[in-house]
Amino acid sequence: MENTFELSVTVNGKTYQEVVDPRTLLSDFLRDQLGLTGTHVGCEHGVCGVCTVLLNGDPVRSCLLFAPQVHDQEVTTVEGLGTIDDMHPLQEAFREAHALQCGFCTPGFLTTLVPWLEENPDPTEEQIRVAVSSVLCRCTGYQHIIDAVKLAAENAR
Amino acid sequence: MTYKVIGKRVKRVEDPRLLTGGALFVGDVNLPDMLHAAFVRSDYAHAKIKSIDISQAEEIPGVVGIFTAEDMGEDWKPGPPLVSPPPTLEDVVFNSRRQVPLVKDKVKHAGEIIAVVVAETRYIAEDAVEEIFVDYEPLPAVTDLEKCLEPGHTLVHDDLDSNLAAHLVQHKGDYQAAKAEADYVLKRKFKLDRGAAAAMENRGIVVDWDQKNQHLMVWDATQSPIPIRNGMAERLGLRTHQVRVVAPFVGGGFGPKIMMFYAEEMVLPWLTMKLNRPVKWIEDRKENFYATTQEREQIQEVEMALSKEGRILGIKQSIIHDTGAYDPYGLTIPLNTQSHSMGPYDVKNYTSELSVVFTNKIITTPVRGAGRPQGIYIVERMLDIACREMDLNPLEVRRLNFIQPDQFPYDHEIIDQAFTNLVFDSGNYQPAYDKAVEKLEYERFIKEEQPRLRAEGKYIGIGLVPFIETTGVGPYEGARVAVEPSGKISAATGVGTQGQSHMTSFAQIIAEQLSVEVEDVSLVSGDTAEIHWGTGTFASRGAVVAGNAVLAAASDVRSKVLKLASKVLETPEEELELEGGLVRVADIPENSISLGELAVLANPFRGAVEPGTEPGLESTKYFGPAYGATAFGVHGMILEVDPETMMIKIHKYVTVEDCGTMLNPMVVEGQIHGGVSMGIGNAYYEKLHYDENGQLMNASLADYLLIFSTEMPEIFEVYHENTPAPNNKLGTKGVGEAGAIPVPAAFAQALENALEEFDLEITETPLSPNQLYELLHAKEEDNES
Repeated sequence: MENTFELSVTVNGKTYQEVVDPRTLLSDFLRDQLGLTGTHVGCEHGVCGVCTVLLNGDPVRSCLLFAPQVHDQEVTTVEGLGTIDDMHPLQEAFREAHALQCGFCTPGFLTTLVPWLEENPDPTEEQIRVAVSSVLCRCTGYQHIIDAVKLAAENAR
Repeated sequence: MTYKVIGKRVKRVEDPRLLTGGALFVGDVNLPDMLHAAFVRSDYAHAKIKSIDISQAEEIPGVVGIFTAEDMGEDWKPGPPLVSPPPTLEDVVFNSRRQVPLVKDKVKHAGEIIAVVVAETRYIAEDAVEEIFVDYEPLPAVTDLEKCLEPGHTLVHDDLDSNLAAHLVQHKGDYQAAKAEADYVLKRKFKLDRGAAAAMENRGIVVDWDQKNQHLMVWDATQSPIPIRNGMAERLGLRTHQVRVVAPFVGGGFGPKIMMFYAEEMVLPWLTMKLNRPVKWIEDRKENFYATTQEREQIQEVEMALSKEGRILGIKQSIIHDTGAYDPYGLTIPLNTQSHSMGPYDVKNYTSELSVVFTNKIITTPVRGAGRPQGIYIVERMLDIACREMDLNPLEVRRLNFIQPDQFPYDHEIIDQAFTNLVFDSGNYQPAYDKAVEKLEYERFIKEEQPRLRAEGKYIGIGLVPFIETTGVGPYEGARVAVEPSGKISAATGVGTQGQSHMTSFAQIIAEQLSVEVEDVSLVSGDTAEIHWGTGTFASRGAVVAGNAVLAAASDVRSKVLKLASKVLETPEEELELEGGLVRVADIPENSISLGELAVLANPFRGAVEPGTEPGLESTKYFGPAYGATAFGVHGMILEVDPETMMIKIHKYVTVEDCGTMLNPMVVEGQIHGGVSMGIGNAYYEKLHYDENGQLMNASLADYLLIFSTEMPEIFEVYHENTPAPNNKLGTKGVGEAGAIPVPAAFAQALENALEEFDLEITETPLSPNQLYELLHAKEEDNES
């Protein structure tokens, strides 16, 4: 590579020092260089929201960022939210409410809605509907996703 | 059987991996030494290729190879015909023209592949694509479904006399005689346009030729791994055992991920064998718009003959169906349209002329609904218009025309997509219809709510549409079920999974037969190493065809378990019971043996397996129905239109579904929700706009509007009726496509009702706010002049 960037980034609590091509998208960096393939790519132009990750706690579209833009910062992906044996309460609620079918978009919903629920612990259905509209899903028709968010909010009370 | 788990809302076994980022999708497959492919796609819809200059691209470091059609030599051949023309009808015209791996001399739709670059990274491969220069001689594009059949029109396929891909006529009874007796004859023309399936995961394929092992490993985001395996082996001159196709978790299918043999599925296996290195290609969203199949474009002229009471005496129909540049999938879509054009009604006389045309647009193949929405749309629109013109009650007219319970099995005397007679196996329509009327509070809305809201100046309307869905067609599916020495159950089926919850609902069938927990069943779907025979996931057939194969195999394993246990426990089979992974003597429960111990005994390490028996507690069974199972449903909605912006809000949506036995009602609800969301898109937001040059004008998710949660109904209620399918043991009927089928028809009815004062008549779908504005504006000008 003619031009490289030495990237230091903390992902899911672990700090990585990686050499990257500066034009590498954050989504490709996470998936192909770090092997964190839980982050999926749906449109590569920032609409679908499937590739959403948390940057310093806030949801961002990882397909719209270059990897060097997260230098010295903290990224959380779906792998950092919970594990099979210790799922995040929202992950549990998604399973309970059948909020996923093919599951491809699911990481985008989880990374979008986990911080949102922290900021909005007592949401109305209408507020949930608007929050859920950050990400596209083609399987569920969103009804069960809205139910899952409601359930997670109830469970947290 | 005492242990019941079929019909329960069992949580999905596939979810934990999907929820934590641990499920394998094709894009996640990364192999050592892997190369990446990117494609040069045609900018033009119709053009001759004069030359291709790859000289600059070849110089880019990291580019391993650039290939065009010429480089494929003898290996260049079109894709296989996937569905042959119906052999049982007379005078069928069918011109089979299939997609090609790389275009040789003339491109036939924008996005068709001209060259492939293979490079060390996808970034480099795409850099090289930008440096390849194709010199085109543009030709006029064939885009208009009616004009394209005129003599002398530009041809998509120069070796044909016209752009006619197929032609056939189907008859039932005598339409002309029915028309002669009719009190009222209605005639309308309908325009049904294109949409995209737009699964959130684009397509993708990773291939790895192992030279020493003479084996090709393929990961493909396909709905039909077994036909893909068979076809690849044939194309490459390999035996089927030399090719393994795995469809891992697939991020939505909705039809276009069927066994298409897309160009990429032909080019990549050829590349890995040529280069002896793994090759990966993941479709991007733009490619998904330009290269993945689409659906729904038809022009129809329909005539309906009615009695003065509103009984349908006959329907006459002329369909022009757009197959795009090629017709690999035969006549499946328009045959489905014909099969649904009489809806759930007892129509004695029907005549339908079908013309399929080639155009310079993307190929059409089934997209969730697969021709059915078009059929339901026209028959329901015709009834709505007839009721208005004849001043009849639309609910009563539907009730008057329903096929009655004692008429099943009901033979429509035309052929369906499976080339067998269109027979509706069973049904009981009126109770489901009445339930929908009640749940939507139809009468109260019309009498009280609507007048009150209209008085407040609101444009609010109601729509209610019944529909049928032919599901669960053959030819067959298979399943293998085995008890492991651990006592856990392994199972496999050839239908790929793209979110349909197969790993759970099929496990429920097995768990019930073998009295084990659902979590103890591990089911593989979509790996050709696990099962040899099968077709795939399409036509709302998984639960019916694969489900019943799973039942047959699990039931056979149960018999083997009981037979062996009877010998070991020295007790007659009828005195044994299965529970909690044990077989025990009913009266002496401490006298028992576990499934795992039986599995070990069934595979003796010493001593022979007795003649006439097989080792293991394992069974592979197939299910192939003579004809499908026909589901029924009713969808109703109350919607409001903003007269300024033409934006709509669906306040309430009610469905009553009759899909026979439900394996898992939670999963059925999910299928309905998702289908309806796609249907709402089909009705009002999602239209692929092609210009006169065959260019797709809105090929991005920023321009082609999928439904977000904010466009979904505020209240969404799903109800069920159960008329079990008589021809399969589970009693299941498919429901995968049901959600999408009636929505455009119900939407049009509700929209007309909301805008009643404008006397609007809707004969096209999809609509959009802009298009609705144009229609209303034209209507106002009409009224003024």
